[in-house]
Amino acid sequence: MSSLQMPKVDSSILSKKDKIVSDIGKIINPKNVLSHPDELRPFETDGLTAYRQMPLVVVMPETVEEVSNVLRYCNDNKVKVVPRGAGTGLSGGSLPLEDCVLMAMGKFNKILEIDYDNRCVVTQPCVTNLAITHAVQDKGFYYAPDPSSQIACSIGGNVAENSGGVHSLKYGATTNNLLGIEVVLMDGTITKFGGKAMDSEGYDFLGLMTGSEGLLGVITEVTVKILKSPEIVKAALIGFPTIEDAGNCVAEIIAEGCIPAGMEIMDKALTKATNDYSKAGYPTDAEAMMIVEFDGTEHEVEAYINKAKQIAEKNNSSSLKVSKSNEERLKFWAGRKAAFPACGVLAPDYMCMDGSIPRGKLAEVLREITRLSKKYDLPVANAFHAGDGNLHPLIMFDANDKESLKKCEEFGADILKYCVKVGGALTGEHGVGIEKRELMCEAFNDKDIQQQLTIKVALDPNSLLNPGKVYPILRKCAEEGRVHVHGGKTKFPDIPRF
Amino acid sequence: MEEKQNFQTSLDFSQNIFKPSTREEIVEVVKNCYKKGIPLEISGLQSKNKIGRNFQAEKTLDLSNYKGIIDYKPEELYIKVKAGTPIIEIEEVLEKNNQQLAFEPNDFGFLFSGESNSGSIGGVVACNFAGSRRFKVGSVRDHLLGFQGVNGKGETIKSGGTVVKNVTGYDLCKILSGSFGTLTVLTEISIKVLPKPETSKTLIIKNPHVKKALDYLGQSLSSSTDPSGGVFYPDYFGKNFILNDLTHDGGLTGIRIEGPMNSVDQRIDRLSKELALIDNEFSVLDSVQTKIFWNKTKNLEVFKNSKSNLIRIVVPISETLQVIQKLKKDDLNYFIDWGGSLIWMAYDHLNSKILSEIKEITKNHQGYYTLIKIEDDFKASADIFTIDPIKYKISEKIKKSFDPKRIFNPGKMYTGI
Repeated sequence: MSSLQMPKVDSSILSKKDKIVSDIGKIINPKNVLSHPDELRPFETDGLTAYRQMPLVVVMPETVEEVSNVLRYCNDNKVKVVPRGAGTGLSGGSLPLEDCVLMAMGKFNKILEIDYDNRCVVTQPCVTNLAITHAVQDKGFYYAPDPSSQIACSIGGNVAENSGGVHSLKYGATTNNLLGIEVVLMDGTITKFGGKAMDSEGYDFLGLMTGSEGLLGVITEVTVKILKSPEIVKAALIGFPTIEDAGNCVAEIIAEGCIPAGMEIMDKALTKATNDYSKAGYPTDAEAMMIVEFDGTEHEVEAYINKAKQIAEKNNSSSLKVSKSNEERLKFWAGRKAAFPACGVLAPDYMCMDGSIPRGKLAEVLREITRLSKKYDLPVANAFHAGDGNLHPLIMFDANDKESLKKCEEFGADILKYCVKVGGALTGEHGVGIEKRELMCEAFNDKDIQQQLTIKVALDPNSLLNPGKVYPILRKCAEEGRVHVHGGKTKFPDIPRF
Repeated sequence: MEEKQNFQTSLDFSQNIFKPSTREEIVEVVKNCYKKGIPLEISGLQSKNKIGRNFQAEKTLDLSNYKGIIDYKPEELYIKVKAGTPIIEIEEVLEKNNQQLAFEPNDFGFLFSGESNSGSIGGVVACNFAGSRRFKVGSVRDHLLGFQGVNGKGETIKSGGTVVKNVTGYDLCKILSGSFGTLTVLTEISIKVLPKPETSKTLIIKNPHVKKALDYLGQSLSSSTDPSGGVFYPDYFGKNFILNDLTHDGGLTGIRIEGPMNSVDQRIDRLSKELALIDNEFSVLDSVQTKIFWNKTKNLEVFKNSKSNLIRIVVPISETLQVIQKLKKDDLNYFIDWGGSLIWMAYDHLNSKILSEIKEITKNHQGYYTLIKIEDDFKASADIFTIDPIKYKISEKIKKSFDPKRIFNPGKMYTGI
């Protein structure tokens, strides 16, 4: 693990471990309280495996009342709590702390209700994203957000991270497909935000909780919208001689009024790697390869595909293939979806970065990434959700080599800073977690961050829920001159820091 | 040091209405009010200012001069504007690039003053009322990409940005949408824009019965014909629509289909078959008439010049029929939008007994109401917005985190908030 600074460990909590285990064992079934190192080991990391830390205790509640009682106990006894869903997050959002109770929601794994009249599904949070679609597809419905990890990631985690996927431009991210949640606050309050209706009364707490990375509450129930599956889906596989041509093609497709269901670009490095790995039939000589997909009714899809073809040709496309069957379309995607394992073949480890950029800046950002790749002497391959401007550079490194990990971290940080510089965001869909925490002051000034921290404190006055995530250690921001420090004191001394 | 400098501008604080044209002036007004604990009413273009509880504010911050387009990138699908910019100006600019605000903001002008006043973008975000495309594209909050604003201490804050995918920090865009100016004065707003559909048509089904209408709407929304509007007008309102291809003047169900020309025709045809409609039972409005029909709907024009009280009720679609059956008395009129989920209900007379019944019924059916228009005598004592005790407590905390001295629109939503 690198020198990541985490909240100060409370040694009095460590020394009370046995009491905490026994106390919580009285609140919930003691079989669901894990404390032996062998039992804790599986929970020491999440999808960001470069960082590991064993928690003090793992609890696996089975009911919302148990969640509430455990949180209230921890709140009263000033014990930190880290919530965890399926543990697939890529920004370290559920990395444990040495003195924390890790609340693993794995037993909340049932779909509670499928309501076709209201076109929604009510589910427990640890049901996987894909399981929702599986539960409704026989009636021709599906759940739209489709993060790459959808086979494993939990819907509660999707809510916590506001996960997206390749179809976000047309169908939105989790926040746009969510109707309601049940949530437990750190003081044990159980409440519901939203429900089956399209809007709800008062402030939009549903929207505030979505993407709050487990800092404001623990989600115990989720109601999502389901959509009727489109009648037909077609994709075109297009090669371009330059990144600029591909970028221009994206801009023109959108300017023409076509909103594709998905639009992906891969650079030459990734096209080659994925093609070697999955034999997807990609144009490996192209500098950039695009998959553009349209869905809808037959006439609609035909009209859009033809328009996209014309635009691609106008922008010097070197190859163009339209899927003739669903099998062929899935083959187009097979390579893209195998991007991670394909990179795994090329290097011992890779770090998947996640930044958002204005679509028109793609060529500029990729040039900068190429420059940085040479500077840090680490290979990189790029996947880009061109439709919604979400860039995923995959930096290859060797985690056993500390120097290599450090270089990779710096390389990644430089990419994200550049994303912000061109008008984008630090994270498009993976969340800030621990990974991008210190970069928050690139995107926000101290007033912006203080406003967010004030909200945190309003709901969790002792900052016990998932501390150390999302928000920077302000001292570091201050050192870099981004937080106003006067006389050695930051503003808002009443806000606890770690 | 920083604060002293800001107070050295030319603002005359003895006036009661401020019409700032720069953000610095807004900051100064708010800082002054914060310092002295003076309540401040935030106003835009007066299109929705009657919505909300009565409250006392010593000063008014009128943002109608704080307007203008800051940045519009059609190919990036966003427009960034100052909060006081009229919706009508934004729509004109978007129109030139064949784009639109897909959430179809309601125009409450007809309801309150008898003529169009679609208000400002700041007001539209603050109220978060979306038009008929709600079930397909989401509400105003789903289109707000980022903002800059001034919190209750006079600090300039921001969240979000101009890109669609952004999960950096808490999503403050959501909590500010629909907060009725009680948390932050919005100064800059980045909003998602979308291409206008090539064409649109409307399937109009002659039908006076709400139960049948809800069946039609439910089936349509669950079909792959992908409608973008679903509305039911009972007999009483049918006569309000005089359109060439509207062949009757009674109750009607309208379903809008948008997209490329031949696809729209194909889907209209398919939908009429799926709903098993016979020839003389329906008609199809062309794109011009479709525009008129849905504009009248989003503008609540059937209530133009009406003296009645108006309530906005949102319930899950499965509950709509029961809610209407329980609420419907002879002296009220209503229509249904959002494919069945939104009921606009007019009451000639309203009192606390009737209102508590409405509250009970909507709550029991997993929904809520908002009083949009209400007779003056009753307004002071009526619950304009509903809330449960737990959410009220959380709301108090959130209010305090943005506006610790409660200077922004105090009491506009709830007592004490």
